[in-house]
Amino acid sequence: MGPFMSPFNNLLCMLLGISFTVWFTLLLVFIIVPAIFGLSFGIRSLYMKMLLKVFKWATVRMERGAKEKNHLLYKPYSLNGIIAKEPTSLEEELKEIRRNGSSQDLDEFEMSDTFYFCRRGIESIVDDEVTKRFTAEELDSWNLLTRSNYNFNHISTRLTVLWGLGVVIRYGFLLPLRLTLAITGVSLLVVFTTMIGFLPNGRVKNFLSEKVHLMCYRICVRALTAIITYHHSENKPKNGGICVANHTSPIDIIILASDGCYAMVGQIHGGLMGLIQKSMVKACPHIWFERSEVKDRHLVAKRLSDHVKDKSKLPILIFPEGTCINNTSVMMFKKGSFEIGSTVYPVAIKYDPRFGDAFWNSSKFGMVNYLLRMMSSWAIVCSVWYLPPMSRQEGEDAVQFANRVKAAIARQGGLVDLLWDGGLKRGKVKDTFKEEQQKLYSKILVGTQEDRSRS
Amino acid sequence: KKLNISHSQITRLYSRFHSLDKGENGALSREDFQRIPELAINPLGDRIINAFFPEGEDQVNFRGFMRTLAHFRPVEDNEKNKDLTSGEPLNSRTNKLHFAFQLYDLDRDDKISRDELLQVLRMMVGVNISDEQLGSIADRTIQEADTNGDMCISFSEFTKVLEKVDVEQKMSIRFLH
Repeated sequence: MGPFMSPFNNLLCMLLGISFTVWFTLLLVFIIVPAIFGLSFGIRSLYMKMLLKVFKWATVRMERGAKEKNHLLYKPYSLNGIIAKEPTSLEEELKEIRRNGSSQDLDEFEMSDTFYFCRRGIESIVDDEVTKRFTAEELDSWNLLTRSNYNFNHISTRLTVLWGLGVVIRYGFLLPLRLTLAITGVSLLVVFTTMIGFLPNGRVKNFLSEKVHLMCYRICVRALTAIITYHHSENKPKNGGICVANHTSPIDIIILASDGCYAMVGQIHGGLMGLIQKSMVKACPHIWFERSEVKDRHLVAKRLSDHVKDKSKLPILIFPEGTCINNTSVMMFKKGSFEIGSTVYPVAIKYDPRFGDAFWNSSKFGMVNYLLRMMSSWAIVCSVWYLPPMSRQEGEDAVQFANRVKAAIARQGGLVDLLWDGGLKRGKVKDTFKEEQQKLYSKILVGTQEDRSRS
Repeated sequence: KKLNISHSQITRLYSRFHSLDKGENGALSREDFQRIPELAINPLGDRIINAFFPEGEDQVNFRGFMRTLAHFRPVEDNEKNKDLTSGEPLNSRTNKLHFAFQLYDLDRDDKISRDELLQVLRMMVGVNISDEQLGSIADRTIQEADTNGDMCISFSEFTKVLEKVDVEQKMSIRFLH
């Protein structure tokens, strides 16, 4: 048995060796080298166009299948929601309810006043603006991923075959490729930044640090097959400024940092993340906080403003929402970063959900699970808009400034501008909002009486 | 069938039910409703949530969920399906008024007492109106509505007071598609 097996063993080893070499050469030539120089062969855009054609074909098949069975194809919530909501105020509504009733004046209680609150309550049970922002956006048509199949029932044999083929390609070819790239990118980042850390502070160090960061982030971008379109690059953030963007996932950082250099802000984690953070800060100053320091708002503000005053340091990257939102809306911006008083460079990031949903639902998936899902989607396609810089105006307080910036980002990205706090993902809403409603109603009941007695 | 809701509306409502059901046990509890911020800040939020739960129960299944929501279907839809044998639909004017009546009638004894009225008023105005003022508002309301002198408002007295109000429109929500 022994001598009989060995020629085959040798052959097998040789074949394996050759295929690995070929694999790595292709990887190097087509992906890593362009990443270093920031060039592109255009392979990813071609891939994207092909995928779109396939999705369109799949939708047509499904619609045909649905028509044969005489059903309407499931269409999720459109931008208008599933019910018609009249944006009338409390006063208008109460006046209308009483239009035909006994008392036209609003200063007396009518039993029909409850109708307004009742209807509003039921409307919010059927469809509310907030809870749907914390789960993945539903698609209009199926993109051949099981995870985004919400009730698309009319799947013919041909579609199933296509789906099966998709699974093989994504898990058998794309996922290993992307994992290899990701590991390469991260290890190069750690190794090179540690090496640069040994250089003395100066122009050479900054230059090299910039190049290394850009190169590694570009490799990571290719590890996710991220196809990014940058708009208005003339507005890119400059030193001494703060860059704010809407937050959808940790990938936002990779997307922004592969086009420019930023100082990151965040809490120091343990494990692999901690290792990456510690080595990054050796090459250029990032702002990392210990867990205990995060609660101290004054300390945080001081460190941020110190960094910003030093014009030689890179612009800070902050996500004022404080948590990941599903990229259909922008939620309340925390005012901390807007109190510092430097120029704010707003950036809007909008993902195209057809190729893969980038939202990180942290209550459903851990980080590793999330990254694996990212790497087994078709691609991550997004657009980044650099908006013109904004500063706080005379007589504007931090909250108003934050809302102004938020409105600009929402407008550019085509997102819904909400006043609700992203913290509602986990926490309860504050009682003060209910008290505001109660005050409003009380004023209507009692307020007009006071006006009458005065005149 | 009595609900007269279309297939696509049912699908959508089921999807919504499922997304509210965080425990994934096929039923909603009061906490599941309170997780909706817009409902939590509604002054009558708790009373509305209560309307979904039958006497003594703390779980509502999808059928119960739809049944309660069916009260709010617009009345025009009935014109299309005039089914004489199916009895009074859930979204008739009377049933809508009954839903509103039950918001006041906490102990479900078919009468709104002065206390029950005061409680609902207190929920709507919060701390902004004094007890005396609220008391006089309640007294005036009962005086105007009470016809049989029992110092309570029965369902028929309630209906009479609201006979000129466009209940059909104000207690309806319109589905798009």
